[in-house]
Amino acid sequence: MGGQQQGGAAPGRLAAFGAWIDERFPMSALWKEHMSEYQAPKNFNFWYYFGSIALFVLALQIVTGIFLTMSYKPSATDAFGSVEYIMRDVEWGWLIRYLHSTGASAFFIVVYLHMFRALLYGSHRNPRELLWIFGVLIYLALMAEAFFGYLLPWGNMSYWGAQVIVSLFGSFPVIGDGLVEWIRGDYFISDITLNRFFALHVVALPLVLIFLVVAHLLALHETGSNNPDGIEIKKTKGADGKPLDGVPMHPYYTVKDIFGLGVFMVLFAAVVFFAPELGGLFLEAPNFEPANPLLTPEHIAPVWYFTPYYAMLRAVPAFAGTQVWGVLVLFAAILLLFFLPWLDRAPVKSIRYRGPIYKVALMLFAANFIMLGYCGLKPAVAPFTAMSVVGTIVYFVFFLLMPWYSRIDSHKPVPARVTS
Amino acid sequence: MGEPIDRGRRQLLTVATTLTGAVGVAFAAVPFLASWRPSARAKALGAPVEIDISKLEPGSMLKIEWRGKPVLVVRRTPAMIEKLGGHDDRLADPGSERSKQPDYARNDARAVNPEFFVVLGICTHLGCLPASYFEARDTADGLLGADWPGGFFCPCHGSKFDLSGRVYRGVPAPTNLEIPPYTFADSGHIVIGLDQSRVA
Repeated sequence: MGGQQQGGAAPGRLAAFGAWIDERFPMSALWKEHMSEYQAPKNFNFWYYFGSIALFVLALQIVTGIFLTMSYKPSATDAFGSVEYIMRDVEWGWLIRYLHSTGASAFFIVVYLHMFRALLYGSHRNPRELLWIFGVLIYLALMAEAFFGYLLPWGNMSYWGAQVIVSLFGSFPVIGDGLVEWIRGDYFISDITLNRFFALHVVALPLVLIFLVVAHLLALHETGSNNPDGIEIKKTKGADGKPLDGVPMHPYYTVKDIFGLGVFMVLFAAVVFFAPELGGLFLEAPNFEPANPLLTPEHIAPVWYFTPYYAMLRAVPAFAGTQVWGVLVLFAAILLLFFLPWLDRAPVKSIRYRGPIYKVALMLFAANFIMLGYCGLKPAVAPFTAMSVVGTIVYFVFFLLMPWYSRIDSHKPVPARVTS
Repeated sequence: MGEPIDRGRRQLLTVATTLTGAVGVAFAAVPFLASWRPSARAKALGAPVEIDISKLEPGSMLKIEWRGKPVLVVRRTPAMIEKLGGHDDRLADPGSERSKQPDYARNDARAVNPEFFVVLGICTHLGCLPASYFEARDTADGLLGADWPGGFFCPCHGSKFDLSGRVYRGVPAPTNLEIPPYTFADSGHIVIGLDQSRVA
């Protein structure tokens, strides 16, 4: 009984403390706005796990990254050795490093699935164009972050991967050579380059990423979440002013997301503990040798998450004495994503109510993207060269013909309320 | 206080202040952007390198590092030099018009002295290291064809170059291998990174 009385007194003091904070900082207002009173559609499905998982992986990368910097040395002479030191001598260092390296690949898997969800249910469409654009910017920042991070172990694939990607900028006419020298800060990828990539990887880009993620979430909570039916739940409100098809984010989706996170962590742990290299996909074999400027690995392939774009780069032949065209195709492939909300002209958002043309186009696009990724992992020989050319054309056709085929496509009537 | 607000004046001042601020930001950015250029130390380490070629056998190759890049020096045999003119139709840029080399190396041999061929061993496609295949028998896998006159082959993406570093048609590399600036210090020494004209 005495315990209960004490328990009864504590919330009173706690509530008083909460009120004291609320007078100085909008703590409960923020909690209500973004969690306990944020109305999310009640029909979220499997595809809606990946946003929260991406947030978790971001946190994981930041925490493991901070601990890695405590033992890592960003210099050409010490970098490779310090990574081996982390792996062998630092207590639990191998775990922290494998969490970080596996986390990088997991981040891209999750983000690709998250983006595919948007294409399925039209989550990028009016009124969520800015939400989508922030998302594409996150994707871009993530690619930069991964690229800079990949140089840090200073393995031979780190070195030559960076060499290939940095020399892409050298293909621009007139400014190319100066630009490459400026990026490297030297006449080759050197200690100077490694040091600045380290600064960008651990300070600059994480700050950019966090800022963009906050902007992404603010944009999401401004427009409200889309859902598998592509219906605006705000259009049908009850007497209390809340959407009839909405449930509060907390506890309904926090609990659902924690379950999804649990499943994700089981799979993630399986890779971290049993296959951290994942057969050379997550950590490439030549990277277990130190960087050697005078020895190119037999076959330079970027890590799997870049390979679709790498295949496109290689698919374009040199023309008029320059290979800048491949680089332009690579940049165009990513820039096109920004315009997606305006390329899609269908009157309905969700694939549930769209016609056969978009369904076929989207499935083809996804399969094609995976095929391009596969080609990018392989050497540039037949049949992969021809497959890359076809894949590049399919990728661009999907986007550039979308204004046309999305308009002529049939569609089903959209219900007023969410289903199932 | 009671005077009407002059909106035109207010807008002019806002725009003028913004523009002045923007110019200030642009100037303030200069030191940060310039700090990314090669430092004085990097420039010093990128200084010219002298190499001894007096002991290089005809038909063999020397590889040294200059500015972190592999520089190849091939001492061509008379037979190798003879073969240079025979396959112009298979080359993308036989006259080296679109390729990078000092003016004194823009000729068939792409060299000051045809006997000594100095070239950067970096593929003009994506910066890999082309391997040397000087004789047809080196290509047992048939990848280079029986009529291969000798040259360089890039293992990354399959670009082919002849013994003057000139690129073949239909390969990913767009231009011939780059020739670095170099000069003969004397008959037995080459200085890489220093132009011929500076001495001559």
